[in-house]
This record gives sequence, C-alpha cells and structure tokens, in this order.
Amino acid sequence: MPDLLSVKNLKIEATSYPPGEPPKVVTLVEGVSFDLEKGKVLGLIGESGAGKSTIGLSALAYGRGGVRITGGEVLLDGKDILKLDKTGIRMIRGARVCYVAQSAAAAFNPAHKLGDQVIEASLRHGIMTREEAKTRALYLFRVLGLPNPESFGERYPHQVSGGQLQRAMTAMALCPNPELIVFDEPTTALDVTTQIDVLAAIKHAIEETRTAALYITHDLAVVAQVSDDIMVLRHGKTVEYGTTKQVIEAPKEDYTRALVSVRQTKRAEAEDQSGALLKIEHVHAAYGNGFKVLHDVSMHLPKGQTLAIVGESGSGKSTLARVITGLLPPTEGRITFEGKELPQALKSRTQEELRRIQMIYQMADTAMNPRQTVRDIIGRPLSFYFGMRGARKTERIKELLDQIEMGARFQDRYPAELSGGQKQRVAIARALAAKPELILCDEPTSALDPLVAEGILNLLLKLQEETAVSYVFITHDIAIVRAIADSVAVMHRGRLVRFGPKSKVLSPPFDDYTDLLLKSVPEMEIGWLERVLATRRMESAGN
Amino acid sequence: MTSGPMAGPVPTDETAREIDARSTDLSGVPANPTAAVAMGDIGGTFWRRFVFRRPLAALILKRLGLSVGLLFAVSLMISGGIEALPGDFATTYLGQSATPQAVENIRRDLGLDRPWSERYLSWLGGAVTGDFGTSWASKQSVSEQIGKRLGNSLFLAFFAALVSVPLAVGLGMVAVQFRNRMPDKIINVISLAAISLPEFFVGYLLIMVFAVEWGVATFPATVYDGMAFTDRLSAIALPVATLVLVVLAHMMRMTRAAILNVMSSAYVETAELKGLSTFRIIARHAAPNAVAPVINVVALNLAYLVVGVVVVEVVFVYPGMGQYMVDAVTVRDMPVVQACGLIFAAFYIFLNMAADILAILANPRLRHPR
Amino acid sequence: MNVKSIPISAWVGIAGIAIAILCAAFAPFLAPFGEREIVGEIWMPAGGEFLLGTDNLGRDLLSRLIYGARTTILVALAATVLSFALGMVLSFAAAVMGGFVDQLFSRFNDLMMAIPTLIFALVVLAVLPQHLWILILVMAVLDSTRVFRIGRAVALDVAVMEFVEAARLRGEGSIWIIFREILPNTLSPLLAEFGLRFAFSILFLSTLSFLGLGIQPPAADWGGMVKDNKDGIIFGISAALVPGAAIAMLAICVNLVVDWLMKRTSSLKGGRGDA
Repeated sequence: MPDLLSVKNLKIEATSYPPGEPPKVVTLVEGVSFDLEKGKVLGLIGESGAGKSTIGLSALAYGRGGVRITGGEVLLDGKDILKLDKTGIRMIRGARVCYVAQSAAAAFNPAHKLGDQVIEASLRHGIMTREEAKTRALYLFRVLGLPNPESFGERYPHQVSGGQLQRAMTAMALCPNPELIVFDEPTTALDVTTQIDVLAAIKHAIEETRTAALYITHDLAVVAQVSDDIMVLRHGKTVEYGTTKQVIEAPKEDYTRALVSVRQTKRAEAEDQSGALLKIEHVHAAYGNGFKVLHDVSMHLPKGQTLAIVGESGSGKSTLARVITGLLPPTEGRITFEGKELPQALKSRTQEELRRIQMIYQMADTAMNPRQTVRDIIGRPLSFYFGMRGARKTERIKELLDQIEMGARFQDRYPAELSGGQKQRVAIARALAAKPELILCDEPTSALDPLVAEGILNLLLKLQEETAVSYVFITHDIAIVRAIADSVAVMHRGRLVRFGPKSKVLSPPFDDYTDLLLKSVPEMEIGWLERVLATRRMESAGN
Repeated sequence: MTSGPMAGPVPTDETAREIDARSTDLSGVPANPTAAVAMGDIGGTFWRRFVFRRPLAALILKRLGLSVGLLFAVSLMISGGIEALPGDFATTYLGQSATPQAVENIRRDLGLDRPWSERYLSWLGGAVTGDFGTSWASKQSVSEQIGKRLGNSLFLAFFAALVSVPLAVGLGMVAVQFRNRMPDKIINVISLAAISLPEFFVGYLLIMVFAVEWGVATFPATVYDGMAFTDRLSAIALPVATLVLVVLAHMMRMTRAAILNVMSSAYVETAELKGLSTFRIIARHAAPNAVAPVINVVALNLAYLVVGVVVVEVVFVYPGMGQYMVDAVTVRDMPVVQACGLIFAAFYIFLNMAADILAILANPRLRHPR
Repeated sequence: MNVKSIPISAWVGIAGIAIAILCAAFAPFLAPFGEREIVGEIWMPAGGEFLLGTDNLGRDLLSRLIYGARTTILVALAATVLSFALGMVLSFAAAVMGGFVDQLFSRFNDLMMAIPTLIFALVVLAVLPQHLWILILVMAVLDSTRVFRIGRAVALDVAVMEFVEAARLRGEGSIWIIFREILPNTLSPLLAEFGLRFAFSILFLSTLSFLGLGIQPPAADWGGMVKDNKDGIIFGISAALVPGAAIAMLAICVNLVVDWLMKRTSSLKGGRGDA
C-alpha cells in the first residue's frame, strides 16, 4: 500500500524583482523528499525562509504569489497531483487536502458567518448534504472545545477571539473529512496560555478524526507534542529527517542539536538584590482616551542586574517600558533613578537623564533609520551626548563595533544590508554608545530565529559583565527569563502578579496565573502536552 | 496596495488615498472627537449608550451631522472669505468711470453699506428657503435662473454617470481578470493618457470629429423648454461623451485597484485552497468585500463630475449651472457666484457623504457588532 | 540609481518634459516670429511659411505655442513649488507637533477640501483683481490642501516608526527629527507627489485660462490659446486643438515619469532587506 503523501525530490522556484536589476529566479526548495502514512503527523520545522510553508502548500499544488513548483513529484495516494489539470487540482483542494493558515483572522472572509464558511467546502464538493455538514461542524466545534457550539456558527469572524478563530479554522479544514491537513504555524500568533488550548484541541481533533497532517512551525517544542516524524529544514534543504523521538532525543546533525539545546544558557542570579538603581513605585497609567493600562505597579532593579518583566500581549509590560522612558507619563506614582525622582514626561528630562536610560526594540528594522549608515546610527549618540567628532569618534565607533562582535567593515553598510541578528547588534551598539546605566530591552530576541537569538542573549550577558549595565528585559518567553534574569516581575492585565528574585518567583507555591503561564510554555520533551493536560484534569476533578 | 501599476495620474491617486483615509475612520471610534466630547458634556450617558447599542446608526448620524456642519462652514467661508479678500466690488463694477459718488450709490444699491454679519445672516436665511437674491448684472432672481439651469446640469451629469459607471466597473474587472497581461497593460496606458487630457481638449476634439467632419452630432448643445426628449438626448450626446471620457479613466483605475486589493487578500486564498470554482470565489468571496470600495470609488468620481460639468458646459455652450457661474465670475456678479458656489459645494459634500455612509453600511464589522 | 533600469515609458516622459523646458528657456531663439506679432491672415492653414498655421488674429501659431510653453510651465511650476513649500511645512508641523495644532490644521484643511478646487478658484478669482502673482498664489493655496493631506499622512507613517521614537528618547529636537529622520525617508513618495501636483497644475492653469480667468491676453499661454481659437472649430479649423494637444502631451509626459517614480517607490519599500 502506498503512503498517503509521498514527496519526491521537490524543487520550488520563485522569480524576484529586485529594483533596478533584471528579474532573478530564486530557488526556494531543493531536493526535499518525505513520506507520510495515513493518520500520521509529520512536523516540518525550520527558521523563517527555510521553505517550510512553501513545501506545505505544495501538498495542495499551490504556489503563493509567483512561486512555482518546478521539479519533483507530489504523490497523493500514488498519483502525482502536479500533473493534474485545473479541475483535477480543484477536486483535491478542500476535499482531500485542507489547509489551516497562520492568521485565521485574515483567512476568514469578514462578510460571511463562520458556520457557512466552515461547511462551504463540504457542500461545494458534494461530500455531504447541508444537514450532514452542519451536524459535523457542530461535532467538530465540540471536539475543539469552542464555547456554545450550537450558536458558534452564527457568529461573524470579527465577533470571536483569535484563539477561537484558529480553532474554527481547524474545524473548517476537518469538516470535509480530508485525508490530509496542512497546518501552517497555527499557534504562532497566539499567546502561550491560549496556544496550549489550541494545540491540545488540534491534537485531540487529529486523533479523533484519524486525519494525517503536515504540521509546520518554527518551534521544536511545539512540534514535539503533536508529530510522529520530524523534518528539519534550512535554506530550502533537508537537514535531518527522522522520528520525533530520534530527532529530539538523539539529533544527528549539529544544526538540529543546536535547535534542541537552545536556551540552555543559565545564569545564577545575583545574591544581593537590595539596592535600587531604578525604583518604580505605585505607578498607574492610562492612554489618552482614558483607558487604564497599568494599575499600581511597583518594582525595583539593583545596579548591574537584570529585571525580567514577563507577560502575554495586553499585560501592560510594554506600556511600563514607555512609562519608564517618559513617552507615556504615569497618572499616579513615581519613578526614581539612582535615588533621584525622574521627571515624568520625556520633555522635562535633561539630556543627562535621557543618556542614562537607553532602549532596544523588538524590530531592529524599524528601530533604525533606513537612510543612515551603521556609522551614522552609532555615531549620533556619540556626538549628541559627548560632542565627539573626527578621529575620536571614528575610533569609538570601531570599539563599539568590536564590542558587538561585528568589526569596522560594517561601518558603511545600510541597515537593509544587514541580517536580522546584525541589525539587533547595531541597535545594541547604539544604546551602548551613550554609556547608559540602564538599557530597556523590549522583546529584543522574539523576532529572531532561535540560534541568532541565543547569540544576542549571550552578547547582552557579556556586555553586562564588561560594563555593569543594568537591563530591564521585557519578554513573553519564560525560557529567556530563566536564562538571564536576576529578578522577575510577572504581569497580567495591567497588574503586577508577582515580583521578586528569580528563584522565588519561578518556584512554588504559585499564584493561579503564574502557575498557568509556567505550565503553558511548551517544553522540549515528548509527552509534555499529555502530562500537563492530565494534571489539569486531575486538578479540575479535585475541585 | 501591492497591486502593480496603480500609480500615476492626477486625481486618481489622490482619491484612492481618500478611500484609504476613510476606511481607517470606520474603526468605530468616534470620527470627530471634539463633537463626541461636546455631546458627552450635555447628554453624555444617553449618547454613549446609543453609540454602544446602535453603533451603526450612531456613526451614520455622526457623518450626517458632520456634513451639515461642513456645509454651514462652507457658506461662512464663501461669504466671509469674499469679504476678507481685497478688492471693492463697486469700484471694479464701475471700472474706469468710477466717481466717488457713483461708487457710493452702487454700494447702497447693492446693500454693501450694511455690516457683513447682517448681510451674511440674511443671505443664509434666504439660501435656506431657496432665495438667493437678485443678480447684480441682470437684476433677475438668481433662484429662478438656477432652477432652470440646475435641471439641465443634472440631466447631463445623470446620463454621464449612467454610461460611465457600468463601463468603468466592467473595464476595471477586465483589467483585473487579465492582470499584468496585454489587455490590462493596454487599458493602463490608455487610461493614463486619458487622465492627462484636459476636458476642453477632449470636447473640441469630439466636436471636430463628430460634429464638423462627420456631421453626426450637433453643436452647440442647445436645449430649451418644451424640447422633445429624444432631441434633448441627441443634443447632449457629445457633452455626455466628453464627461464619460474624462471620468472613465479615473473610475476604472480606482476600481481595478479596489478589486485587486480584495483579490490578493488571505480569505480569497483560503477560498482557492478550498477548491472552489473561479466564479464562486469571485461571486461569493471577493464581490461582497469589493462592493464597498467600488461604491466608494463611484461616489467619489460622481463628485468629480460636478467639476467636470463646469468646463464641459462652457465648451458646448450648454445652458447649465456651470456656464452660469463662469459667466457670473467674468462680470463679478457676486450673488450668482455665491449661490452657484454653495450649490456645487453642497453636491460635492453630499456625494462624499454618500460614499462614506455606503462604506459604513457595507462593513460587516459595523453591521454585526459584537 | 541605475540609468539602465529606467523604462522606455519614463524616457519618453523625460524627453517630452525636456523639449518643453527647452522651448520655454530659449523661446526667443526658437520661435520664428514674435509672441504678439501679427504676421498673416486669420486662421491660415498649416504648412508653408507658418508650420502650424495662424491664429484668430493672424499670429503665428507655432511661435505662440513656443512662447506659451514659457508662461504655462513657469506659472504651473511656481504654483507647484509654492504649494509644496506651504503644504509640506504645515503638514510636517502638524505631524510632529500633534495635539491641538494638528487638529486645527487638519480640520481647516478638511474644510478647504470640502469645496471642489475649480469652484473654489472661481469664487475667489471673481473677487480678486487680475494679476499674475494672485493667480499663482490662489493656485498654490488651493493645491497645498492636497499636499498637506499627503504630507501629513506620509510624515505620520514615518513619525510612528521606532527610529523616530528612538531619536525622541535620545532627546533630539524637532528640527533634527524632521530634517534628518523623517524627510530623507519621505523623499521618494513626495517626489512622485510633486510630479502629480505639477501635472495637475498644468491642467488646472489651462482650464482657468480657457475659462478666461487665468493668464490674460495678449500673453500667450496654452489654455488661453484654446479659448482664442475655439470659435474656429465650427468652421473646421483645428487651431484650437494644437495648444490643447500640447497641454495633453506635457501632462502625459509628466504622468509617465510619475508612474515610474511611484513604482520605484513601492518596490523600494520591500527593498533590499528581503532579497
């Protein structure tokens, strides 16, 4: 019996149009082969640009915007779907193979009810009658744990939450009873506490319906929970392909090993956490329209140490950074820096006060002026704060570039000519140039691929040792907190839930939210999801 | 807009950006914060509850209110602006023969000796009841003249719209269907050229070809009371053709951009990956979302017709509002200029408002609030 | 910038604009006859001594066309430059200062834009005395409303970028932020916008002149020449179409260049970084 899906020696190309140059043909994927049995799940994992989504869509014989499958075979039940005509392909899409997109919010049509969209493919392909399809949708809504499954289909996409939409999208894919579903980063856009529920729902639904799946993600820990086999991809080529157990527990390739062992850096916390470089006392803040975002937040940070602020989107962690910088003056409370109260608004702070607090952003792309060279970007704080110019300035720029492990040859590059990790390094150099006492890091690694992120974290730790700079590190990633923090603040819906030394905050007894948050973070361990779900069931049974 | 060669021409882009600017206004947040604050002070809780329960009705009411306010401000600006600008009508009116005594007499005759606020209020009061005073030049009632000519202008604009709207939307769809292929490229180049043509050039070109060389159309486009409907139609054939040509290119390019925007969305990709037929994708998934921007495009271009009418009427010596206004401007007949200016602005404001309200109505997020 | 990457359409546009500017600059040397010189019969056909024929007063059409380029381009360009200066300063001020200033400027701009440009011009020109500088000023002020709107949108787009916030956090002043951080990033779209406004100014000026409210005779300008010769149309004399075609050509050429500039801008956005 042939495998359900068998991809052989796949080659995918696209034409790119660089401005001012003739069009170029770029190879996105080359020489990728894999097999998938009925009812099994294959995880495709890799960094952004590894070609994983492109491969996933090839199972539907689809190329997104100018992407063409130029070589190899995609055999569905032994028949090459790349050789089918338009009608033949149409018969497969939405009937035998279905797709779940990363952003369900964009993938649902805003003009129609969810229920109608969920059953549309089943009806159009003549797989079931309207009544049958509705019954199946109701069943799937229940399996996926959607609230009020009876009336859920009557809602419009904008009327339900992101996590619910993602589950509805899964229901839409499962409805026609397909043989294969392609999940394209279905939980990446969600918060961790939401992600675990959606992940559990997807896993449960796959098991219930015995559908095979391609599960695409950049998070190895997530894929370890759902897949039977894993394929690691890099630059459009296969790095390693094996069973989940083999890849997670005994990776063969260096790259895979690095992925598995990422965030193994651990740093012991500082023992003395009594002093305070930065002190935040009873801070309340609200947006211009009166919406309150921070309620009575207090914390402090000793000199030369790292305070990690963790929370999901909407927790107010980034707002707190804006309050510290003065971009959003607090409505109540005060902030002291080295024992002196900081003026609340940015405009009333002196240049010296501004110099001592610098900031690093999540998106290095937008944080640097694309029309300035690296030299201009790093050089400006030097001349602005210290009046440096000429040879002294050039010398200092070189020093800074060495400090961030890049070297003087990058001076004349524009940000667009740097990789993501290099951009973030330049942003760090710009902050360092001001010789600050405190650097606010707003998720500086979350837009980067895991290995690159690891490099940035190590750089930050090295710089802290060299210059005794303090960090306020804002993140949603508990693993990073474990790696670099001395003290930790957990925030939820604008309130401080928990604050103290890392060892205390991250060990029991927990409050409910911290408990949920910590338990929701996927661990690089097979069976983690089942374990967490089992403890949850026990707890709810206990109640 | 990720979609190819939308770029370019004069008002096209400007109006396309207007659409963008508008759609952001529909977020449900009060479009006009000052108004909301003012109302919040008086009947705060009632209004707030109303906004919460019927956000759609509240938005539309707000937009209506904005238009009325805008119209009032425009009347104030037309009247006050004229006052603030240098130049004395009486002196200009008399020209070379202005003796101080004559100027004084004229000023009294025209009522210019009264304070401005008084004149404005009486003018506004009259305008609201449909009385725009008497023309300085002809000493006839302005309202009476406008009554006749407004009908003529609307007749012209109506037929221009009747022809251009379906044609533009159809051509826009053809361009989308053949995107980046020959028919699309040809349509793009031709429309780019058409946008660059001044109205009067198109008009005279048509006259030259159709009326003079071939003799199949009439020029000038004279219409009079009691004229048979078919005669009327043949008289306005060329002016309508000119207006259509002028508006068509703008409307078509904007329609193309609006549809392409929808076609490149993620939900159309979803529909495609569901294996739906092309027809169903367009009819069920693209069309409902494209209707709003296309209606918006149409309404904005109809507003543009208001301006086009002025030049076209002069070219074809057509007895409409536009010609009336241009004649009045050359002899500085202020009551007529003011009245025509206000009416043209009113149409423009009304059509823009219609565009906004239709966009609000077509937005599912507002029609089905949480 | 790579010269080879400029498409043919843009070359055509650039060539057309260059020819028009040459005519404008060297009008006295290029024109066979004087601007106001009556040299022949009324409405003589094209060919022979008068390449394009003569106009309604017996002046050489080609010569007037060449001199007309001077007036038309100069006035349109002056109005565009002025409207740009005005619109940019006000819009950037609004975008950077925000708050009350932004509200005030924006609401007033909305009000100005609620009246169609041509109608507004008609009302204002009915009152003002007829002077060239007044015409330029009126055109510039009316057009600056469009520039304001786009300038503000573009500046706001850039002003919310994190590198501008970073500059603010550094303590930079408004002047630095506008000229060093925002302006260099808005040049491309604004350059295209300048072209658009210029094309619009040419058409608008011609329309006003055609309606008898623009440049006053006997100075030659293209819109006015159409008006002078329009009565000939009924007799099959195409003298009015020649200046009309000149306006159309120039506007098309400008639009071709703008079209290319806009495509370049949009492809720069996703630019080098992603490739």
